[in-house]
Amino acid sequence: MATEIEMTPVPKTPSKPRTKAKSKSKSMPSRAISHRRALLVFLLPFSVLFTLFYIVPIGYAIYQSLLTVEREGTFGPAVQVFGGLTQYISVFQNEAFWASIGRVLMFGAVQVPVMLGVALILALLLDSPLVRGTKFFRLAFFAPYAVPSVIAAIMWGFLYSPNLSPFTAITENFDFLSPTTVLWSIANVVTWVYVGYNMLIIYSALLSIPQEIYEAARIDGANQFRIAWSIKIPLVVPALVLTGIFSIIGTLQLLAEPQVFQSFSSAVTSTFTPNLTIYTTASIPNMSLAAAMSVVLALATFALSFTVLKLTQRRTTQ
Amino acid sequence: MTTTGSARPAGIARRSSKNRPARNGGIRESAVSRTVAMSVMVVATLYFLTPMWWLFVASTKTRSDFTTTAPLWFADFALFDNIAALISYRDGVFLRWLANSALYAGLGALLATLFAAMAGYAIAKYTFRGRETLFNVVLGGVLVPATALALPLFLLFSQAGATNTIWAVLLPSLVSPFGVYLSRIYAAASVPDEIIEAARIDGAGEVRTFFTVATRLMAPALVTIFLFQFVAIWNNFFLPLIMLRDERLFPVTLGLYVWNTQVSQIPDIRALVIIGSLLSVIPLIVTFLALQRFWQSGLANGGLK
Repeated sequence: MATEIEMTPVPKTPSKPRTKAKSKSKSMPSRAISHRRALLVFLLPFSVLFTLFYIVPIGYAIYQSLLTVEREGTFGPAVQVFGGLTQYISVFQNEAFWASIGRVLMFGAVQVPVMLGVALILALLLDSPLVRGTKFFRLAFFAPYAVPSVIAAIMWGFLYSPNLSPFTAITENFDFLSPTTVLWSIANVVTWVYVGYNMLIIYSALLSIPQEIYEAARIDGANQFRIAWSIKIPLVVPALVLTGIFSIIGTLQLLAEPQVFQSFSSAVTSTFTPNLTIYTTASIPNMSLAAAMSVVLALATFALSFTVLKLTQRRTTQ
Repeated sequence: MTTTGSARPAGIARRSSKNRPARNGGIRESAVSRTVAMSVMVVATLYFLTPMWWLFVASTKTRSDFTTTAPLWFADFALFDNIAALISYRDGVFLRWLANSALYAGLGALLATLFAAMAGYAIAKYTFRGRETLFNVVLGGVLVPATALALPLFLLFSQAGATNTIWAVLLPSLVSPFGVYLSRIYAAASVPDEIIEAARIDGAGEVRTFFTVATRLMAPALVTIFLFQFVAIWNNFFLPLIMLRDERLFPVTLGLYVWNTQVSQIPDIRALVIIGSLLSVIPLIVTFLALQRFWQSGLANGGLK
C-alpha cells in the first residue's frame, strides 16, 4: 500500500480496482489514482459499521425467518431446522399481525395528511409577510421534536387522564383512552412531536425559492393566499414527498407511543401495532416468526414508500 | 420532481427570512389577513407549548398540590425537593440513566458524525469505482428505520453473547446513513476543489486536508448530523428495550418507561416520572437552542431533496 500521497499522476499499482481513476472526472483528472490510502481511511469505518449493523442483521433476520423449531416427541429438545417458507405462511395466517398493519395504515391515512397539512400551513405562514416574530414561532413549534417519544407519550397520557389532566372539564366528559379513541389520541401525540420538524423542512424549501419568482405575481396584484397556492405549494412538493415518505415509514414502525399507552389504557393490546406484535412474538420467544414478521413489515414499508414516491413523481412531472 | 436538481446550485442559503421584501411589492396585506395569520400562530403555539408548560409546573409541585391545585399554575415551589427525591431514589439510579443516555447519545453521535462525514466527503470529492453503488446502498439505508433493525440486531448480538452490554446499544448507533447523504451533498456544495488543490500544493496529506480544511467548511452540516443523530439515539427506545435487562445500563427513556409501567403498583413513583421527564427533556432543548444557528442552515442546505 502506498504510504505517501503522490503528487504525480502516475498510476502506481492498478491492481485494486477501486483506485482506478475515471477520466470523466472533471475536477481532479487522474489525481484520484494516488488517493487509495486516504479513501481507505475515509470509507473503512463507515463501511464496516454499515455492513455489520445494517446489512448483516438484515441478512441474519432473513436467515432466521427460514428456520423452524422441531422437537423429537413432546418433551424432546428443541432443534432449529430449515423450514423454508413455513414462518411466512404463519405470518400470512396471523390475523393479529394483519389487524395491526391495518390499524397503522388507517392511522397513517389520517395522521400523515393532517400532520403535513398543518406543517405546510405553518410553514407558509412563517414564510409570508403576515407574521411577526417568526424566529420565536419557529422554535416554539419545533421544540416538541426534542421530546423523546416515550416522554411525549407519558406526558400526554397524563393530559388525557380523566382525573389528573389540566383539562378535566374535557377529559371527564370525553374518554381519550377508550378502544375507539385511543388510536387517535396516539395520533395526536405523534402529530405534536413531528409537526415542527416537518414544518422546518418545508420552510427550508420555501426559503430556497428565489424572490424574483414572486415579483410578477405581486405586480399582477396577487395576494399572499394566491401566491402561496399557485407558486409556493407547487414548488415545495418535493419536500412534501420527502416528509410524506418518512412519515409513512414512521407510522408503520410505530412502537414507543402505544407501548407507553398500555400503562394508561387497556385498549392498547400487545398486538396494537406491527412492531408491538413483533416484540410480543419475540418475547414468547418465537424468534423465527418474529424475524419473518420483521421481514414482511420491512418489505411492506419499502413497497409503500416506493409506491408513494412513484405516484407523486408521475403527478409532478406531468 | 423537476425542481430537485436545479433548485440547489451553490447550496448556501441565499437569503434569510429577515429581509423579505414585503414592502416593495406595492400591495399591503389587509389587517384581516394579518389578524387571522397571527391567531393561527398563537393557537399553534399554545398547542405545542402547553404540554411542556404543564410538565414544568407539575414538576414544581408537592405531591398533594399536584392533584389539588390548578394544574397550569404554580403552588408551593418544590422543584428542588422533587429533584432531590428523584436523584436519591434507589441509590440515584436516575442519574445513572441520564449518564448512560449522555454516553450513548454523545459518544455515539460524535463518532457517527465523524464516520459519516468522512464517507460523505470521500464520495463527494473522490472518483472511485463503485462510488455510485455505495451511495445508493447508503441511500437505501436511510429508508431503513431503526426499529426495523432492532430485532435482527438482537438476534445477532445474542449469537455473539453481547446483549445486555453497553456495546449492544452503542455500536449500532455509530451508523448514520442520513449523515453520509447530508455530508456528500454539503461537501459537494461547500468545499471547493480549488481549496483541496491548494492544500495539496502546500503539501498537506489528504486526510489532514479533510480534518483541517473540509470539516471547517462542512461545519453546519456536521452540527446538523450530530444533533439529529444525538436526538435519534437519545429517543431510541426499541433497541435498548430488547437489548438490555440490567437497569444500570438503561438509557433514561427506557428507565422512565419502566417506572411509568409501575405507577399502578407504586403510586408515589408518578411524581418521579414527571420530574424525571422534565429533566430528560431539558438537555435536548438546551442543545438545540444553543446550536440553532448551525442546524437551521444545515437543514436548509442539504437536509432535503
